[in-house]
Amino acid sequence: MAGKTLFDKVWDAHVVDKVANGPQVLYIDKHLIHEVTSPQAFAELEERGIPVARPDQIVATADHNTPTVDQHLPIQDELSRNQLKKLTENCEKHNITLYGLGHEFNGIVHVISPELGITQPGMTMVCGDSHTSTHGAFGTIAFGIGTSQVAQVFASQCLLLTKPKKLRVSVNGKLKNGVLPKDVILYIISQIGTNAGTGYFCEYAGNVFEEMSMEGRMTVCNMSIEMGARGGMIAPDETTFNYIKGRKFAPEGGEWEQKVAYWKTLPTDADAEFDKEFHFDAAEIEPMVTYGTNPGMGIKVSGTIPDKEDENLEKSLEYMGFQKGESLIGKAINYVFIGSCTNSRIEDFRIAANYVKGKHKAENVNAWLVPGSQQVAKQLVEEGLDLVFTEAGFELRQPGCSACLAMNDDKIPRGEYCVSTSNRNFEGRQGQGARTILASPLMAAATAVEGKIVDITKNLN
Amino acid sequence: MEKFTKLTETAVPLPVENIDTDQIIPARFLKATDKKGFGDNVFRDWRFNKDGSKNEDFVLNKDAYSGPILVAGDNFGCGSSREHAAWALGGYGFKVVVSSFFADIFKGNALNNGILPVQVTPEYLKKLLLSIKENPATNVTINLEEQTITSEAGQDHFDIDPYKKVCMINGYDDIDYLLSKKETIESFEKEREFSV
Repeated sequence: MAGKTLFDKVWDAHVVDKVANGPQVLYIDKHLIHEVTSPQAFAELEERGIPVARPDQIVATADHNTPTVDQHLPIQDELSRNQLKKLTENCEKHNITLYGLGHEFNGIVHVISPELGITQPGMTMVCGDSHTSTHGAFGTIAFGIGTSQVAQVFASQCLLLTKPKKLRVSVNGKLKNGVLPKDVILYIISQIGTNAGTGYFCEYAGNVFEEMSMEGRMTVCNMSIEMGARGGMIAPDETTFNYIKGRKFAPEGGEWEQKVAYWKTLPTDADAEFDKEFHFDAAEIEPMVTYGTNPGMGIKVSGTIPDKEDENLEKSLEYMGFQKGESLIGKAINYVFIGSCTNSRIEDFRIAANYVKGKHKAENVNAWLVPGSQQVAKQLVEEGLDLVFTEAGFELRQPGCSACLAMNDDKIPRGEYCVSTSNRNFEGRQGQGARTILASPLMAAATAVEGKIVDITKNLN
Repeated sequence: MEKFTKLTETAVPLPVENIDTDQIIPARFLKATDKKGFGDNVFRDWRFNKDGSKNEDFVLNKDAYSGPILVAGDNFGCGSSREHAAWALGGYGFKVVVSSFFADIFKGNALNNGILPVQVTPEYLKKLLLSIKENPATNVTINLEEQTITSEAGQDHFDIDPYKKVCMINGYDDIDYLLSKKETIESFEKEREFSV
């Protein structure tokens, strides 16, 4: 019998039951919730008179709607304020731990769970948010669910699911100077497209991921959904264990040893088979930028926008105000956003600060820095990075999803370009008519300093 | 959930590929705490011009086209996991979405809300879109029992998870099923070798 993949091992350990001729009942270890996709699920439970089955396996935070300035004041937007109030009421009523606005652990759901040690290898995790795939960086099966499924997990701590197929993306070789994990995932998606992973769970393999930090792995897994995959995973290793050890909810003492011994059994067996495989050479990857309106429409910063007959490409370019065959180098950019569940961790800010130090942002640029959590915000101060940024003219805001999805006050004005470290460049994603160019924190920092898109490799070498 | 067996109605053609959930329902409309009212804002930024007036070029604003069947381009529903997309389509009155490819989470969300995703071949989709465009009054029949779609463009077969099919036909949902498995779930929790 062929060996098992990492995905098989974690999945199979959580199958409670199988429906004849249908889906499987999968047990969920951790359920993360936030204000946007939970109220209707709580309402569903109440309508049916069902209690929350395992409140101790749920963690709640407020992130999508939260303002990033004056968080101590009442939220001005009435609808946002109401969603947060509902979340608080629901959590109190059902005994669910809530790291609400103002709490020292508050932040973006996919940032706080790993930093608190809640995310651990071998788990199943869900959240009503597609970027739940982030947690796969720990060798966890983590995926986004809809609100009906949030209600199902509330009611039973389980989900009815058909097991996805298995995909492996391998990247081997040496990454060039200035190429970050964000570039690696943007490159992969630009090569295989936004639906190559649909119906699959993806494992990332190869020395590039093995040598990557946990924060880099989270960036990669975060964007698995952008190629259509339900989630992405990376086998747990010493890097994983070292990251988790000592965090607030990490196992301790004998339990730690026991867990690590189990986690070490999880990596894919040598003879395991995948349904689909892609291989890439690290040396081929350069800093990336997107030119279109989905994350698959990306090019190397040194490259040019594809010149081909394609209705969808034309529609995208019209929205973006770009031309076929054009280079993005030298394009004036007025907004830069470093934040979101993809790139708002301390490492992202360290990279940006390292570039920005001693320089000043360009006159034309509004540069927003939004840490992913209160803990990251605290670290920025402890490491003195806040001063580096403020001296360079960047605006350091308070934690939240911010300009990633324009549910709060942080919106990019119509027609303006924003080089953003977030995960989506869909039409209107950062505000009605806003034009998003996805890039790494390093590319974003360089854009802020130069006031235009530059080939960062030329600045570094 | 409403039962679904067979439907013969007119359809609306929207031949755009990669329609993401941000287009189906922009994020600024996700602040409600119930499921109602999202239909008013379905495809909001395509239906309305910048000044708030109706975009007469958009298919939902054209009198010729109407009906509970939306026929869209490839890779429908990509992007966010927001179920609001399914509520918006359902709220507007769509009961079926036809495409040559659906994003996973959207497909699940649609099925959980009584909206049937009908995945056809790219060739059939092309013919179907053309026939509806030319003759907006043409009827399209979706037969869930037989898993077929029939129109002037001919017939195509579509796949659906057998369990989901039973749920749609009977109007059941997953919570009913999972609650019936309460004891099995509890014994699984007790037997697990590793603790959470």
